Amino acid sequence: MTAGLGRFANRGSRRSLLAGLGAVAAGLSFTGLEGCAPKAAIGANGEEAKLNLYNWDTYTGKTTLADFKSATGIDVKMSLFANNDELFAKLKAGNPGFDVIVPSNEFVTRFRLADLLMPLDLAKIPNNINLMPAFVNPPFDPGRRWSMPYTWLVLGIGYRKSKIDGVPDSWKWVMDSDRYKGRIGLFSESDDLIELGAKYLGHSVRNIPTPLIDRVAEMYIRQKPNVKIFHNDEGQDLLLAGDIDIVMEYNGDIAQVMTEDPDLDFVVPREGSILNSDCLCIPKGAPRPDNAHQFINFLLDGKNGAEVYGTIKYPTPNAAALALMPPSYRDNRVIFPPNAVMARCEYADFEGLERAHLYDETVTRIFAA
Amino acid sequence: MDEAWTRAKGVFAALAGPPVVWLAVFFLIPLGVIWGYSFGENASLTHIAVNGTFANYAHAIRPLYLGIIVKSLCFAGLTTVLCLLIGFPVAIAITFASQKTKAWLLLLIMLPFWTNLLIRTYALMAVLRTEGYVNQALGFLWNGAGRIAAVFGQSIGTFTPLELLHNNFAVVFGLVYVQLPFMVLPLYAALDRLDRSLLEASLDLGASQLTTFRRVVIPLALPGIISGVLVTLIPSIGAYLTPDLLGGPSSMMIANVIERQFKTANDWPFGAALSFMLMYMTFIAIAVQAVVSRGRQARAT
Repeated sequence: MTAGLGRFANRGSRRSLLAGLGAVAAGLSFTGLEGCAPKAAIGANGEEAKLNLYNWDTYTGKTTLADFKSATGIDVKMSLFANNDELFAKLKAGNPGFDVIVPSNEFVTRFRLADLLMPLDLAKIPNNINLMPAFVNPPFDPGRRWSMPYTWLVLGIGYRKSKIDGVPDSWKWVMDSDRYKGRIGLFSESDDLIELGAKYLGHSVRNIPTPLIDRVAEMYIRQKPNVKIFHNDEGQDLLLAGDIDIVMEYNGDIAQVMTEDPDLDFVVPREGSILNSDCLCIPKGAPRPDNAHQFINFLLDGKNGAEVYGTIKYPTPNAAALALMPPSYRDNRVIFPPNAVMARCEYADFEGLERAHLYDETVTRIFAA
Repeated sequence: MDEAWTRAKGVFAALAGPPVVWLAVFFLIPLGVIWGYSFGENASLTHIAVNGTFANYAHAIRPLYLGIIVKSLCFAGLTTVLCLLIGFPVAIAITFASQKTKAWLLLLIMLPFWTNLLIRTYALMAVLRTEGYVNQALGFLWNGAGRIAAVFGQSIGTFTPLELLHNNFAVVFGLVYVQLPFMVLPLYAALDRLDRSLLEASLDLGASQLTTFRRVVIPLALPGIISGVLVTLIPSIGAYLTPDLLGGPSSMMIANVIERQFKTANDWPFGAALSFMLMYMTFIAIAVQAVVSRGRQARAT
């Protein structure tokens, strides 16, 4: 084993690193950026030649921001958030000066319901023709009026091949079986946990009836003695360190650790799963909306996109970028699971605060049992 | 005393002003806002209507949440007892060490504070995990013993790593590790003030070492013990990082529930009510301590 802490700090992962460092992350955010900073030059569009991007950690290409600056003269200042909740909390009291944010699909809905987004002007984003057909008209944003897809992810099971018999291609192995007792990691996130439980029991991840939520809770309470940990999205680190052998995780996270340990693998269970998509949005009150459109259009360009996805290894929704990627990415069945199983995956939806509270109380019940 | 204060009013105001303003602006007012939220409800995704409702408290005293508070109290209580059992001998050792050694020992107690709690907790994870340093060392010893046994034609089997991380043991271990200095320092302060001639008198008058400890040292160190217990117990009840990072499926403490209310569940009023439940409990504990110590002072005079 390499030193746990060093490895943890060195390898970037969009969700896990900063999530662990919640307190530190709060300190990483913006410090008085309007006003104190020297005025940037005014660009051709009448806006200052700068842009404030609020993004996940390690979620751009190595040269993306510099490339954008040399193409447009616009300086990008990037701040980082650890999870959607932090992003939402930061903007809910008013936009402190961000031009572009990167919420996941459920939070695109949440931001829109809270009236915190600016509609996109598609005429200023001609590169949107590069999107794959599946991403042109998603259920959470029909017609792409509010968001442009940046990456997508799918939840599945990451596992250590030498410790698991065959391919664990069912949620049963983590949710409803004592075969891998004491070596199982589940999400602690309430909505993912309950929605995936419902999916395993044969229901959609949306509009789950209350009796089914109770059945899911009973199933997890039964399963608890077999579970080693409910993790905060650091499942790939636990898997890599050998603490657990089978875990609920995102494909992108497992793809990253697979390059370090060939004994690891990933499968999307045959019952189907939850799709996620991180999207580029312009929050209401953005000081430089035209620069923001330019930046989004820049990222949707094939070549610039390839630079991003080559670095972060997350699945792309961009056909032009995909065409420029090497086969090691294009044909990777962890990054792009087989179509047959992807057809059974669906987006979850934000179903209101009442629902969020119900899910939260349900997992509190599971954890306290 | 009072007279000096009235004479130097200007100086007093100049000195006390900044800290009072600081305390009010950055502590009391935000705390008051959260307290207000605990009597409110979610009007929309972004707005909380403070309407004087007690619904959040009614929700917070349901058995589910009371059970979690009781469980947190158990974790914190066990931590405090262990800290006291470990901390007392340490404090005595420091008290009776030579002046030079004492300085070094105190430095050793403070040393962990130079590193962030989060970093220390991750370091603890690297030590305790299945393939961590403890298990590596034990595995090395086990294999060594196995080779020696093999020479004699015996077999002791393969090494099974101990489950040290992601369970309740790890949570208590982590809490004791974090809280121990907070127990040792007040104990040391109390013991250091102790009049040694009283110990000699007790021993000279025929009391055994144990009796002297029980009937002289402990009563005299009681204020130190009580403040040590409070500064260990209260932060332990509200521990968030330790159960989150070191705990297993059944290690959730009340602070983890509160955290989720402010983040994923986005239910600030309920989270505020739960936080203030802890706050009220803390106030009660401190009030009880004040009453006890006043009673002791009254009896002493």
